[in-house]
Amino acid sequence: MSVAIVDYGSGNLHSAHKAFERAAREAGLDLPVKVTRDPDEVARAERIVLPGVGAFADCRRGLDAVSGMIDALEDSVRRRGRPFLGICVGMQLMATRGLEYEVVPGLDWIAGDVGPIEAPGLKIPHMGWNTLRVGRPHPLLSGLATGDNGLHAYFVHSFQLYAKDPADLVATADYGGPVTAIVARGNVVGTQFHPEKSQKLGLAFIANFLRWRP
Amino acid sequence: MLKARVIPCLDVKDGRVVKGVNFVNLRDAGDPVECAVAYDEAGADELCFLDIAASHEDRGTLMDVVRRTAEVCFMPLTVGGGVRTLDDIRNLLLAGADKASINSAAVADRDFVRAAAEKFGSQCVVVAIDAKQAPTAPGEAPRWEIFTHGGRRPTGIDPIAYAREVAALGAGEILLTSMDRDGARTGFDIALTRAVADAVTIPVIASGGVGTLDHLVAGVKDGHASAVLAASIFHFGEFTIRQAKQRMAAAGVPMRMD
Repeated sequence: MSVAIVDYGSGNLHSAHKAFERAAREAGLDLPVKVTRDPDEVARAERIVLPGVGAFADCRRGLDAVSGMIDALEDSVRRRGRPFLGICVGMQLMATRGLEYEVVPGLDWIAGDVGPIEAPGLKIPHMGWNTLRVGRPHPLLSGLATGDNGLHAYFVHSFQLYAKDPADLVATADYGGPVTAIVARGNVVGTQFHPEKSQKLGLAFIANFLRWRP
Repeated sequence: MLKARVIPCLDVKDGRVVKGVNFVNLRDAGDPVECAVAYDEAGADELCFLDIAASHEDRGTLMDVVRRTAEVCFMPLTVGGGVRTLDDIRNLLLAGADKASINSAAVADRDFVRAAAEKFGSQCVVVAIDAKQAPTAPGEAPRWEIFTHGGRRPTGIDPIAYAREVAALGAGEILLTSMDRDGARTGFDIALTRAVADAVTIPVIASGGVGTLDHLVAGVKDGHASAVLAASIFHFGEFTIRQAKQRMAAAGVPMRMD
């Protein structure tokens, strides 16, 4: 039983690794956390995390470049129902398509496109700490103070996932209008914010993911 | 609602924290990793390391500091100082930094900003601008000039035009320091901060000159900065991060009080 953080060359996974280890420890869970680019290890993992920073197309190409990784993810997550967490561009990759610079197919686990944030008059990227407005309850938000007076999550992005099915949208952040913060469907969940950089909220959210039985 | 950010900046030299007053008279303010943990627990919104010895000395010590910090701090970390090549950025990101701050290298070669943003994404490319007010005739509007190499080298470049340029090239954020105010504790150069913040659509971090908590308020309310950076007022225990945020919140600036 382990947690696999998928390494496909997108940014630093060192602090994500440490954050998941600390959340597991604080939750009293004996779960080894591994950063891996080995599809077999991903296939064996009990839980899978797909991080990602940078541009959608670059991340997609990076994921494609790891031989067998997409198949391992499809098999583990889609067919065997393993709990999956996508973070930032890792979350955006769950969409049908990315429209950043060029049109690139995503994993199509959450129907919708990844397009630019529309926030006239506001700074882009949406960078910094924002609160979460919850549209529907989700086990990963259990025990977390949300809403305008709740805890904050750390965002840094210029594009967002526009989910086609409103039922897939769990939470938004308010930035000149609603910005997708959490999407979920069955055993998959994705956060636009960085739980591994979100201090109190982040560690609690990760602990919930590690305990989650979808 | 997005909150304004308070960012303590640790000037690092030989693996130790120092804070220069106008970049001389260095004082030792401790171990950077310990400071980072303290600021993480105190509710800092981000942390910034500036390697002030980067031009001359081995970067291994800094990488070690970044690596150890990333293991214990779960908030965003920006590292600057001596970032000249894509490999420098890659190494910082691999060590655990979230953003790399580019200064002189971007002035020397704007294309470096574009290459960095294309390679690693705008979200991790901070362009640092060090500016001084230029002498003007009475009645003339204020002008500023960018200086590089720790404030020693004038460039003749206007920081406002430059900010627009690097934003268009893919910079994700601007760290704007007034060299006139740095260490002077008389407050940010508000006119400069507002001129740059209003000229670009990316966030601007105000830096240089903080001596009181009201200076932080002014940086956001009057300077239109998205974040405020300070060093000595926090390092020497004059004010806590929480006091800073409370003062800003009381003045009507949206703050994260988690």
